[in-house]
Amino acid sequence: MLQTFGNFLNDLPMPSEFLALEFLLDSSSLKQKWRNNGLSADFIADYFSTFFPGEPTKSQVKNAVSFIANELLENTMKYGDDSSPFPAKVSLYLTAKKLIFITQNSIKPKDIQKFQALIEEILSGDPNELYVQRLEENAAASDQNDQGVSGLGILTMIMDYTAEFGWKFETQKPEKSPIEIHLVTTMVQLST
Amino acid sequence: MTQIKTEDYNVVLEQEPNAVIFSGSLRLNGMDEYAPIVDLLDQAVVQNSDNLILNIENLEFLNSSGINMLSKFVIKMRQKGKIIILVKGSQTIPWQAKSLKNLQRLMPSLEIELV
Repeated sequence: MLQTFGNFLNDLPMPSEFLALEFLLDSSSLKQKWRNNGLSADFIADYFSTFFPGEPTKSQVKNAVSFIANELLENTMKYGDDSSPFPAKVSLYLTAKKLIFITQNSIKPKDIQKFQALIEEILSGDPNELYVQRLEENAAASDQNDQGVSGLGILTMIMDYTAEFGWKFETQKPEKSPIEIHLVTTMVQLST
Repeated sequence: MTQIKTEDYNVVLEQEPNAVIFSGSLRLNGMDEYAPIVDLLDQAVVQNSDNLILNIENLEFLNSSGINMLSKFVIKMRQKGKIIILVKGSQTIPWQAKSLKNLQRLMPSLEIELV
């Protein structure tokens, strides 16, 4: 099974710079690990801001990369399959015209449909309207059931950072493994 | 409790003027973890239900769950009616100029001052 949504590039342009991080998603230490999302995001942002000398560009790139990397890392932890031995990966590529973020994580089969429905909704409507609508609905819901607004991070990146999103869903059967694993790859393109 | 201090962020409730002052990086996991901050914001409104300053001049980062928390608070205040909210931010922190305008869409009377 292979499905793509949005603007997903199968062949990346040749990058001039590249950085990748991998980590395990085991649930036992999620609370401790949560803080690492911010640390990793700041590290990636600092690393890439080196290639944009001169203010205010340097600060803007650093801030945008940090926000986006953090949101993507949070999503791998929130929606990744914590029972899977498959590591989550985040990488960032700098090409001639773009910064391209790629995250990949395993996903539980039961969560795939819900996630794809959210993607379809985000891609088909006006993100600005959807953003306000989701927040108003959430504010009207009772505090006890407040799970926050799903997709708010993605909508914020699209609206405030003009980020372009693409997703790839695939199934793999690793050698020696009795079960198939379901993977989702998220690609975010930012014009520089 | 009038303040929350951690290694990564501080949130302080002040009187005269009635203000909640945020600093550091706020990247908590979902609405549960933001609940103590929501309590502090609610406390500020009990203290003075006419005026409130949200000072984020030194808030370097806010994740989308934090944006959700602030948005929800702002919608609640719009429904309350009479309170005047001023958000004081910084021009040197890029996310603020990008994302604060969304709060104004939720509460048109909200004032934003970027210094």
